[in-house]
Parts: sequence; structure tokens; C-alpha cells
Amino acid sequence: MTDITLEDRSTVPVGTSDAEIEQAALTSLRKRRQTVLFWRLAILVALLGGWELAGRMTWIDPFFYSIPTAIVARLYEWITQGTSEGPLWYHLYVTMEESLAGFFSGAITGVIIGVALGRNKMLSDVFSIYIKLINSVPRVVLAPIFIMLFGLGLGSKIALSFVMVFFVVFSNAFQGVVEADRNMIANAMILGANQWQLTRHVIIPSAMSWIFASLHVSFGFAIIGAIVGEFVGSRYGIGLLINIAKGSFDASGMYAAIIIIMVVALIAEYLMTSVEKRLAKWRPVPQHDTH
Amino acid sequence: MSAQTPDAPSIELINVSRRFIAPTGKSLTALKDFTMRVDEGEFVAVVGPTGCGKSTTLNLITGLNKPSAGEVRIFGQPVSGIDPRIGFVFQTDALFPWRNVIDNVVAGPMFRGRPKAEAYQAARDWLSRVGLSKFEHHYPHQLSGGMRKRVSLAQTFINEPKILLMDEPFSALDVQTRVLMHEELLKLWAGSKASVIFVTHDLEEAIALADKVYVLTSGPGMVKSVYPIGIPRPRVMAEIRYEPQFIDIAHTIWNDLRDEVQRSYRQAGLAA
Ligand SMILES: Nc1ncnc2c1ncn2[C@@H]1O[C@H](COP(=O)(O)OP(=O)(O)O)[C@@H](O)[C@H]1O
Ligand SMILES: [Mg+2]
Repeated sequence: MTDITLEDRSTVPVGTSDAEIEQAALTSLRKRRQTVLFWRLAILVALLGGWELAGRMTWIDPFFYSIPTAIVARLYEWITQGTSEGPLWYHLYVTMEESLAGFFSGAITGVIIGVALGRNKMLSDVFSIYIKLINSVPRVVLAPIFIMLFGLGLGSKIALSFVMVFFVVFSNAFQGVVEADRNMIANAMILGANQWQLTRHVIIPSAMSWIFASLHVSFGFAIIGAIVGEFVGSRYGIGLLINIAKGSFDASGMYAAIIIIMVVALIAEYLMTSVEKRLAKWRPVPQHDTH
Repeated sequence: MSAQTPDAPSIELINVSRRFIAPTGKSLTALKDFTMRVDEGEFVAVVGPTGCGKSTTLNLITGLNKPSAGEVRIFGQPVSGIDPRIGFVFQTDALFPWRNVIDNVVAGPMFRGRPKAEAYQAARDWLSRVGLSKFEHHYPHQLSGGMRKRVSLAQTFINEPKILLMDEPFSALDVQTRVLMHEELLKLWAGSKASVIFVTHDLEEAIALADKVYVLTSGPGMVKSVYPIGIPRPRVMAEIRYEPQFIDIAHTIWNDLRDEVQRSYRQAGLAA
């Protein structure tokens, strides 16, 4: 055991006022944040700078690896003049349309079926084996099948997004329902809740944190579904842009498309987190220690 | 369901047994030939070693669980489903953590279809009775254990139960808070005159609160003995456990209970 008091930075001289202690804590908190930000930026600059340098000095072949400035130039070109396949915004719009449709249909169906099976032991005993079976199929291999079934348009991409999202949300909703506190359920029933009120006011809210955890990851899955679908066969979408860039050995184009997807995914993640925060205001806020 | 046979006791368990069958097919008898009677407005405490079937007994009365043999009646009628005249206070927190205090208290009336304005009026009224008016909009995690228990009491009493079942409701609280909760409970109960079964493993708590104390045997649970508690009401919870009459009663019952507790330890030891 080391002597902790010698190292404890929070030890203050006798007579220091609360305001001074709080002020000092705030200052150290701000300092810490600045340090973190500094290192984040430094690493980014070092990576991008290294990439650029390596490309320009031809330590790596820019034809295959591209360089950051070329990628930025390609993005700029796409944004201002459009891509070879038409305006960038239209492709982005199509991909988002597919992802959102797949996401919402998959999430809603996942929650409904998850709650239904979670509430009904018999149903879940019967169907669990089939769900396990289907779940063991790697989702992306369904892409060609869906394209065959639903054609090159929206339908096949939405279907792929749907299956990517559905299983994640379903299994979390199911787990959330199964783990709902038994006492809380008994309490609601004795207070007078009927089966529907029980589901609506107790089961679903208590499964909500499980469901939200799955929504976080599954929006990313929805985008993957849409893009893989586009990749395999489509007329529009970011996936198509990647496919065309690949066909013409346009490394900058591929990276530019990836950056667009990253931005979309980050925005979605941010939105999801803020929605979740609003809905989960009842949850205890973790207490942070300021050192 | 809400029929009432005149002069029938509020709660009656007649030769009730309850067996649990594990998925492996092994059976466990939690209650055996259990007979108990609670008259209208009576406060009954049930003490017994852990695992002797106290919670099981309460679940049989709520209708959440059915007896394997024997009969459970409330107000003279056999239990069938959850009776709206029953209120239940749990040991662990059974509040809805995503609802604030007033929305927790209002849950019962809302589930039962009372008009919203009326239900909220009643909830505010009950919150002021348990001294939590200022905390209407707090969430359960922002309250102390004692305050959460008060919310539970308000949530239960707002339904004006004729039968109040409590399963070790205060066992998670510290000693001082527990005494305050005893005062609170007796005050609320005096205003309602509900028939109460209060399960606890704390003998002093049982004697301080109850008109009658049931001592159960270690599992399978049976009634070992019943002790009427003659201490007059109103009782002062902070003082009662120092009165000679209280100490006498506690002594007598403890002699009885001790054997069961020791036997249950030995059973647990053998099982482990
Ligand atoms: N749902 C159940 N399934 C199987 N066994 C149970 C169940 N509920 C209770 N038991 C068993 O019945 C006995 C009595 O339980 P319980 O009534 O909870 O005891 P107490 O509340 O007095 O501590 C225990 O041995 C317990 O393991
Ligand atoms: Mg118990």
C-alpha cells in the first residue's frame, strides 16, 4: 500500500474557502479538457500529414492509397459539380431514404415482435429456434437474393437494411422484456393495471434502455445494409459511387464516399444520443470526480 | 368479485398448502396445512425464519399465486385473480423509476380508470399526507430510501385498500428511519382501518406494530403459535420497545421463534 495522502492533489491548506476549492476544480477540469483536445488534434494532424507526405514522396503509391488533399479535392468536386453519375445530393438522398426506411421498419417490427415474444412464454419457446436459425445467416449474403426478389430499386436495399436492424433490435427488446423487474410487474398488477397497461406502462419503459442500446448500433447497420445493397446492384446511392470508383481505380473517390458515410453515421449517432438523453431524464446522473 | 359475506373475516387461509415443482420434477413444499384468519381492521404480523414461506403466503392472498391445496378467502369469497381491494407494499423498490413521484402515486387510480384531474388531486393529497409535497417532480433515484418508501405507501394507500399486505417493507432501511416509518404507517392505517398482514423477520417490529403475531415454523411453513399483543393504542414507536410489557412479550415470543431460526440455519447448513 502506498501512502495515498501524500499524492492526493485535492488536499488543500486549512482555511481554503469552498469557492476557492470549486474554482480550482473548475480550472483543473478545463485544463484537462484542453489537454485531451490537443492530443486528439495532434494525432489527427500527424496521421493525415504522414499520409500526405508518404503519398507525395511516393513511399506509398498514391494511385492506390490516394492522399488527403486529393480526397478533399474530390469531395469538393462532387459537392460543387456533382459526380459522374449525377448530383451527389441525390445519391446521398437515396442512400438515406433506404437506410431510414430500413431502420424504422426494422426497429418498429423488432420492438413489436420482441415485446410480443418476451411477454408470451409459449410463443417464444416455439419461435426461438427459428429465430436462432435465421439469425445465424450472415446478413450480407442476402443482398443478391433481395436484388433478385425486389429488383434494383429501393425495395431490395430497404429489405437488407431491415434484416440488419431487425435482429439486433428484436433480441434486445426481448431481453429487456424478460429482465423487467418481477416486483415492479406485480406492483403494477396489484395497483390495477390490465395486460395492455402493464405492457405499455411497465414492460416497454423498462425495456427501453435495452432497446435504445440496440438502436445506437443498428442505425449503423441500416447504413451498411443500404450500401451493401447498392454495391451489389443499383442505379443510385453512395454504394454505387464506391462501386464505380472501384471500377475506374479511383482511390480518391472511394475514400471520399467513405468520408460522406462517416459524417452521416456520426450525425445519426449524435441525434440518437440526444433523443435518448431526453427520454432517459429519470436515470441517475453519474457523479464525476474532478481529478 | 367484490361481493362481501357479512361477518366473514377479511382474510382466511384454510389448510393451505403450496408446492413448487422445479423443472427437473423435484418438488418443494413451501407451505403446509397453513391456517390463518385476519379480522376486519386487524393488524397481524407474521414472523418466521427466511425461506419459511412468508412471501408465498402473501402471494396466495393477492391471487398472483394459487394454492396447491386448501382454500384462500377474502371477505368470505374464494380468491380468483387480483382483487382491487388489496394493496401491497414490497420489500425492494417497486416504484417505476422512469416516473416522477406524483406519476408514481397516481398510477393506481389511472390504471383503474379514474378521471385524470381527480386522480392527480388525490395523489397530491396523499403526497402531502406523507410529507412529500415538495418532491412531486423528483424521480425515485433522487430520493432517500425512507422517502421512496413513503412514496410506496402513498402509491398503495391512494387505492384505499381494505386489505393491506406488506412484505418486509422496511427491512432495507436504517433503524432510525424504520421507526419513523412505523409511526407513518400506524398513522395511515388508523385513518384507513384496513386489515393488515405485515411480514417481517424483525420480532420487535412485529410486536410494536401488530394486534397479533403469528410465528411460523421453518420450511415447510406452518403456523407454530399465535400471540395476541395487548399493548394499548395509540403506541409511541420511539418509546415502545423500552416498556416492560413489550420486553416481556418479546422474551416469550423469542423463546418460541429461536428454535425455528436455529432449525432453519441447520437446514440451510445441510443443504449447502
Ligand atoms: N416461484 C418459486 N419457485 C420455486 N420455489 C419457490 C418459489 N417461490 C418460493 N419458493 C421457495 O419456497 C420457499 C418459501 O419461499 P418464500 O415464501 O419466499 O419465503 P420467505 O418469504 O419466508 O423468505 C423457499 O424455499 C423458496 O425457495
Ligand atoms: Mg420473503
